[in-house]
Amino acid sequence: MEKFVRLTAKACPLLLPSLNTDQILPARYLKWPRSKGLGTVLFQDLRFDADGKERADFSFNQPICRGAKILLVGRNFGGGSSREAAVYAIYDHGIRCVIAPSFGDIFAQNAVKNGLLTAIMPEEEIAKIAAVLAGDPEQTVTVDLEQQTISCRDLCCAFAIDPVSRDQLLNGWDDVDLTESYRAHIAAFKARDQQSRPWAAPTTTAA
Amino acid sequence: MPMSEPQTLIDKLWSAHEITRREDGAALLWVDRHYVHEGSFHGFSQMQARGRTVAEPSLTFGVADHYVPTRGRDRKIPNPEIAAMVCNLEKNAADNHISLFGLHDPRQGIVHVVGPEQGLTLPGLLIVCGDSHTSTHGAFGAYAFGIGASEVAHVLMTQTIWQKKPKTMRVTVDGVAAPGIAAKDIALAIIARVHADGAQGHAIEFAGSAIRALSMEGRLTLCNLSIEAGARCGMVAPDATTFAYLKGRPYAPKGAAFEQAVEAWTKLTSDPRAAFDRDVTLDAGGIAPIVTWGTTPDDALPIDATVPDPARESDPVRAQYLRDALDYMGIAPGKKLTEIAVDRVFIGSCTNSRIEDLRAAAAVLAGRVSKVPGLVSPGSTLVKRQAEEEGLDKVFRDAGLEWAESGCSMCVGINGDLVPSGERCASTTNRNFRGRQGPGARTHLMSPAMVAAAAVAGHLADVRPLLAGRKA
Ligand code: SF4
Repeated sequence: MEKFVRLTAKACPLLLPSLNTDQILPARYLKWPRSKGLGTVLFQDLRFDADGKERADFSFNQPICRGAKILLVGRNFGGGSSREAAVYAIYDHGIRCVIAPSFGDIFAQNAVKNGLLTAIMPEEEIAKIAAVLAGDPEQTVTVDLEQQTISCRDLCCAFAIDPVSRDQLLNGWDDVDLTESYRAHIAAFKARDQQSRPWAAPTTTAA
Repeated sequence: MPMSEPQTLIDKLWSAHEITRREDGAALLWVDRHYVHEGSFHGFSQMQARGRTVAEPSLTFGVADHYVPTRGRDRKIPNPEIAAMVCNLEKNAADNHISLFGLHDPRQGIVHVVGPEQGLTLPGLLIVCGDSHTSTHGAFGAYAFGIGASEVAHVLMTQTIWQKKPKTMRVTVDGVAAPGIAAKDIALAIIARVHADGAQGHAIEFAGSAIRALSMEGRLTLCNLSIEAGARCGMVAPDATTFAYLKGRPYAPKGAAFEQAVEAWTKLTSDPRAAFDRDVTLDAGGIAPIVTWGTTPDDALPIDATVPDPARESDPVRAQYLRDALDYMGIAPGKKLTEIAVDRVFIGSCTNSRIEDLRAAAAVLAGRVSKVPGLVSPGSTLVKRQAEEEGLDKVFRDAGLEWAESGCSMCVGINGDLVPSGERCASTTNRNFRGRQGPGARTHLMSPAMVAAAAVAGHLADVRPLLAGRKA
C-alpha cells in the first residue's frame, strides 16, 4: 500500500450530503475486476444521464474538478453497502484524499486499507475552502497527515482521523504482515478458546 | 481489588474475542464465522495474489445469493458475466475446502437468512461477511458486522480482524406495538429518530419489552436495519426465544452440548447498571405503519403523513436535499403519502423474506388481487418450501404476483431483477438509495404487510383497515 504523508493538489468541491456507495459505484459494476479500471465509472449515474451525456449540473463534471486529487464532500460520505470497489473507483480515478464532516464506518475502513485518506472536518470549514476554490479554480489545497491540517491559501484547519488509521497511512503498513507477527498469540488464543467456548464450533453432524 | 465494572453485552462479546491490543487501541479479534458470497471475489483474489490459503476452512461458509437467477434455475445462466460470478464462488469454495450452499443446494438462500436458519449463527459469536447487512446476525446476541474486500482477505488468511472498539448505544423500545405494526415499522421509526448516520461508530443494543416480544424473524429485521442508522452492528441479548429457535438447527450444538451452550449464552446480557455512551428510547405504542418517501432510509414517515415541502424548510442545505430527493422520486412537495401510486411491488431481501414476513404479506393478499405486477422472492429455498407447504405461494400467485426462487434479487438488481427506470416500487428491502433497484428506479421501503396493502390499493396505503377481521 502506498504511504500518505503530504499532498498538494487541485480539489473538487462536491458538497452533497449522504453520497452513499451505491452512488459512488453503481452495483452493476461490482463484477468488474479491478484491472478493468473502475475509475472510469466513478459516480457513473450522477455524472451521466440515461443517454450517456454528461450532466452539467453535477459539480464533478465541471472544469474545476478535472485532475483533482482531493474531494470535498458533504456529511455521511460512503454510507451504505460495504463494497470496497467504491474506494477502488475513487482511487483509480486519481483521488487520494476525501474531506467530509463524517464518513460511513465501513467505507472509512476500506479507504485506509487502500491508501485513501478520509479526513474529517467541520462542515463550515469545508464550505470556506469550497468558497476559495469557487473564486479560483486553479487554487491548490495541501493536506498534511503528520500535522493533521488542511490548508488552502490563508486558511488552515485541523482535521480528525482515527489514530490507528493515521499510523497505517503514514507508514503504508500492511495488515496481513502485522498480523503475522502475532501468530503465536493467535495460536494460544485458539487453544484457550476451544476449552472455554466449546459451543462456538459449528457441529459437524449437519446433513 | 476494585469491584469489576458493570459490563454491556458489547463489552462481554468484545473481551471474549480479543487476542491482543496495540497501544494505539486497535485490537486483534478472533472470528468465529466468516460468510462469503459471490461478491467476495476481490478478497479471494487478494489472498491468491499473496500465494496464501484459507486459515480456517471449517469456520468459513459460502452462500450463492447476490447474482443467482430467481427464475429458470434448471437452465444455464444466460448472462455469461453473471454465470462467471456464481461459478467463481463455487471454484473458490472447492479450492479452499469451504462448505458451500451453492445455486442448486436445497439450503441455498440469502446469506443473512441461511446463517441463522442453519444454526451457524449463534449467540456469543463474532461473525463477519463482506456485506454491510451482516449486522442481521446480531439478533442472536452475536457480534456481527460487515467488512470490505481487504478485510475479507485478511480474515481468510488469518481468521482474525483488527478493530477499534465501537462506542455503545442502547435503543430501548418499551410498550406494546399495535396490531399491524411490524419489526420493520419499529426499525424505520428508530432510523427516522436517530438519522441515517446517527449511530456511526456505535454498536447498538436493542432492549425493552417491545424488543423482547419480537420473534427471531422480527429481531433479524431490526438488527438488519441497524446499518441504515449508520451503526457498525446491532444486537439483542439472547433469551428463551433465541434458544427455542436454535434448538435442533443443523449446525447448532446438540443434546447436552446444547444445554451447556444455553447456560453460557444466558450470561450474555448487559449488567443492570452498565453504562452506554448513548441511550435512545421509543414507545412502541406510538408507532404507526411507516413508509419512506425519499432517497435515504431516514426519509421515513407514518403512512397518514404528507411528504415534506422544501419551501417550508428554513435550512437551505436541507431544502436543497428535499428538492433533489422529491425530484428524483417524482413526487410533488406536500403530497399525501396515500396518494402516491406505485408501479410494482417487491417482497424479498435479507430484511423481510423469512416465513413470518411471507405470512404477514399473504394475510393481507388472501382473496384479494394486486393492482400492479410484483415479485416475491423467499429468503431461502427452505423458506420457499415451507411457504409452499403452507399454501402461501398460491395466495401470492392468485393475487397476481410472481413467485420466484431465493436470492438477493430486486434488492440490488445485480442478478438482472431490476425495477425499470422511472418506475416506483413498494419494497420490503432496506435501501431506497437512488438507483439501488436499478438505474432511475424509485423505491419506497415498508413492511411486508404494507407492501401487500400497496399492491391491493395500487398506491401507498395503510394496511390496518385491510386487516380488519383477519389474522395478521
Ligand atoms: S438481500 Fe440486499 S441487502 Fe441483503 S445481502 Fe442481498 S443485496 Fe445485500
